[in-house]
Amino acid sequence: MSHHIVEASDLHYTYADGTPGIRGVSFRITHGESVAIVGENGAGKSTLLLHLNGYLLPTQGTLRIGDYPLTKKNLKAVRRTVGMVFQDADDQLFMPTVYDDVAFGPSNLGLPVEELEIVVTKALETMRVFHLKGRPPYKLSGGEKRSVAIASVLSMSPDILVMDEPTSGLDPRARRRLIEQLKKFEHTKIIASHDLDLAVDVCERTIVIHKGGVTADGPTLEILQDEALLEKSGLEKPLKMQNCPLCGPSNPTSDKSELTIEN
Amino acid sequence: MSKLDTHFFDIGYMDTLSSQQTSIHQLDPRAKLITSLVFVTTVISFGKYEISALLPYFVFPVFLSTRGNIPSVYLIKKILLVSPFAVMIGIFNPLMDRDILISLGTIGISGGWVSFVSILIRFVLTVGVALTLIAVTGFNAVCMALDKLGTPRVFVVQLIFLYRYMFVLVDEAARMVRARSLRTFEGGGSGLKTFGPMAGHLLLRTLDRAQRIYVAMCCRGFDGEIRILKPLRFSPRDIGFTVGWSALFILMRLFNIPILMGNVFMEFLK
Repeated sequence: MSHHIVEASDLHYTYADGTPGIRGVSFRITHGESVAIVGENGAGKSTLLLHLNGYLLPTQGTLRIGDYPLTKKNLKAVRRTVGMVFQDADDQLFMPTVYDDVAFGPSNLGLPVEELEIVVTKALETMRVFHLKGRPPYKLSGGEKRSVAIASVLSMSPDILVMDEPTSGLDPRARRRLIEQLKKFEHTKIIASHDLDLAVDVCERTIVIHKGGVTADGPTLEILQDEALLEKSGLEKPLKMQNCPLCGPSNPTSDKSELTIEN
Repeated sequence: MSKLDTHFFDIGYMDTLSSQQTSIHQLDPRAKLITSLVFVTTVISFGKYEISALLPYFVFPVFLSTRGNIPSVYLIKKILLVSPFAVMIGIFNPLMDRDILISLGTIGISGGWVSFVSILIRFVLTVGVALTLIAVTGFNAVCMALDKLGTPRVFVVQLIFLYRYMFVLVDEAARMVRARSLRTFEGGGSGLKTFGPMAGHLLLRTLDRAQRIYVAMCCRGFDGEIRILKPLRFSPRDIGFTVGWSALFILMRLFNIPILMGNVFMEFLK
């Protein structure tokens, strides 16, 4: 199953104004893996993601997506393989209705109308937003927009799902629902996020990016417990791995009597 | 500031209106579009001093809005909102054209005033029908009809995108204006000095967003063509609507119905 592989070797990218985006990133993600890409603001996560769909081409190094090395020639094939979910759903939902939006990708791939309907319905049902199909995107709530954005990518049946901050701006319940859905996907998943709890829940592997380079790559639980590493990379332990600041034993100021008074 | 917000929601209301299910809403968008075009063309083709022959044309917007269940107050408000444009066009007519055209007893009415009123009537008719058309069809369906009738795709897609992102843009602008007004106090901060940078900033944000949207489109196989999929069906009802109304408009263009009716009435009195 070589076509679900993402392999970067010594990837460099410098922006036109000379700002280095990423410098020397290497990793290999194999079929069915679920990988979190974490890093502080400006670490280079988004730049890296923009390479995965061929929007940016590396200034140095190579990137292989599935069977193809990433070049201008096979952009179409790469984009067919990689489904990209953007951080701001408004950027992604540009068609007049939810249905049109979810149908946009497959119809560009040349799917006949009868099959199109099946594919779109399936994608909408997977994300449980079928009832929204006739609505214009600007009338949806944040959570609905995110679900539709993901459906619009699922409808192209990509092998690899790439998501930029999928949980940002969602309320806790919508976030929880999204995490449950993501867990069910069998695609290779690459998720860039600040939400380290999401990484713990969904991804078994984590790649830490700091100042454009990889500082760590390994099992999520191991990496996110390594406080020295997190500190060095400008990150903090996921909340669920921290002791509760109100009642946990690690906080010397915590006092149960205070809590009862407050309550 | 709040005005910007309210108008924005008002536009959204147009969408809500267009999702109703009346007999007018169920007509093919093309039928409504063609009929409205015939209406507008005939209305603007009258001579500049025409008033009486224009009056029967009110039957169409009134029919559309009542059968289409569009609240007339809403419609009138929207027409008033854009009326300054029409007033500006005609305002100098009474000054330029002072020849007496009609005499009502001792009062003479100049040609300028007559043409001014004629302009206003035409404005109310055409804008009223255009707004009602969108309210009973939906903006996107109107675009779809334009596309099916052979308007170049580029324009149609531009219109669709314009409509889609108008909401995002207005929202962004409203947030900026709100943020500014929360930090402006009497005597500073609200003039042109801050307006310039704000407008510029909004433009930059828009360009940025356009870039991101383009990337999102490319990611989903955009190749320069947007495939708009909506099979439209032109039924006998649509043909009847289009042909019937268009014939009536042309008839009203050829014969001045109020004068004919007046003549018949006079004959009757004799």
